[in-house]
Amino acid sequence: MAKHETPLLDQLETGPWPSFVTDLKREAESRAKNEKGIEYQIPQDVCEDLLGVLELSFKHGRTHWKHGGIVGVFGYGGGVIGRYCDQPEQFPGVAHFHTMRINQPGGKFYTTEYLKDLCDLWEFRGSGITNMHGSTGDIIFLGTTTPQLEEIFYELTHKYNQDLGGSGSNLRTPSDCIGSARCEYSCYDTQAICYTLTQEYQDELHRPAFPYKFKFKFDGCPNCCVASIARADISFIGTWRDDIRIDQEAVKAYVGQELKPNGGSHTGRDWGPFDIQKEVVDLCPTKCMKYENDKLAINNKECTRCMHCINVMPRALRIGNDRGCSLLVGAKAPILDGAQMGSLLVPFIKVEEPYDEIKEVIEAIWDWWMEEGKNRERLGELIKRQGFQKLLEMTNIKPVAQHVQEPRTNPYIFWKEDEVEGGFERDINEFRKYHQR
Amino acid sequence: MEYEEAKTKVVEELTKKQKTKSKFYFNDLSKILEMKPREAKKIVNKLVEEGVLEYWSSGSTSMYGLKGTGKQAGAEHEG
Repeated sequence: MAKHETPLLDQLETGPWPSFVTDLKREAESRAKNEKGIEYQIPQDVCEDLLGVLELSFKHGRTHWKHGGIVGVFGYGGGVIGRYCDQPEQFPGVAHFHTMRINQPGGKFYTTEYLKDLCDLWEFRGSGITNMHGSTGDIIFLGTTTPQLEEIFYELTHKYNQDLGGSGSNLRTPSDCIGSARCEYSCYDTQAICYTLTQEYQDELHRPAFPYKFKFKFDGCPNCCVASIARADISFIGTWRDDIRIDQEAVKAYVGQELKPNGGSHTGRDWGPFDIQKEVVDLCPTKCMKYENDKLAINNKECTRCMHCINVMPRALRIGNDRGCSLLVGAKAPILDGAQMGSLLVPFIKVEEPYDEIKEVIEAIWDWWMEEGKNRERLGELIKRQGFQKLLEMTNIKPVAQHVQEPRTNPYIFWKEDEVEGGFERDINEFRKYHQR
Repeated sequence: MEYEEAKTKVVEELTKKQKTKSKFYFNDLSKILEMKPREAKKIVNKLVEEGVLEYWSSGSTSMYGLKGTGKQAGAEHEG
């Protein structure tokens, strides 16, 4: 018998998808039985009280959480998000229900042993409820009490060699795609740079001194598996400078149905024979491909790295050999309003250790944003407020054609008076000598 | 500015504003210190380390306050 009646939540379980309500009930049951004989450090019925408070929120149409607070671990200004219930008498199990963010391993690679260790720790000292992974990428531990925070932090850092992630006005936990570890599209080693910058910017990650959050995300190729272009203040998107490598024999094999397009995805239905013209050439956004006399040709200068042809025919088309990444800045994806995509700042940069060139750009951006950014203003908003040109000045990057979306549509890069011979003042009489009114 | 001098300045300024505000953005602190954010950060970090200031975080935004001040510390038995 459940501790609280939850008819509204039960209804959520009737949908076609896996339900978090079912998950919570399962965890509640497992904690009640306690077959492993764990000495729970927070109330055993935390999950039941969580279901109870959620049901009440549905009933009232308002939240019963208060968030924010001074909870944290010593020396860290992020990684713990305080949460309290405003109905502690009714739901004592969730009177404190703090979130901890755990810095996920690069590319979200971990061993089952690591995962089990973390889960055991969290069963013992927390609610057992996790979120794999939060939108920032972290492993999220949901729900523990204040006295457990330091204990968990100690065990994480001393036993499991694991750090907390970022929250608040910090550099958020950098996150990356699986990268060259498993993916042939990857144009640089995402995990290497993600790890290096995480180590390099520990102070920024743990001690809040930014106007607001700041995110790095690393995508190995323009498929953008971690969606950096849509949500990172600086996104690192893999690209190449030379040509897409074409294996004409393999192209023929795709055309001849010997190889399955899209690596065999979408084969659940009969879509008819593969049509290279219709499914690849015609879908190229810049129309830079043609297939004639059994040969595929690409005008690489026009290619915008949309990745479609490579995704469809991975055996025939490969990323170029001169690889690096593009830096885009200013993306954000707030829940309510104001989502913005990244703007291209550096069209191509080599991604090589020790990443000095990249660090230079990052630090120049931070210097500008820390000084000029208003409280709770994201980098993308500052760029809009002061202009992209200002960003170029602050980062010492010269305007290039790639900074402009299309000629004459968004000319946000202007000449300055001192760059123009003779300045903006003209002798009107001299001008009138040649031009009538 | 010497650390001790900076500390006095921050404590004084924040105490003055105590009636209306107990939590401050990082920017407010660097303005009080009249320093560039990077420089100010070193001092602010030390003040936190010493327990003069403490962090407050909503999860998305972080602020600073004199330790033990403000409504949240203790008043709602949340510490």
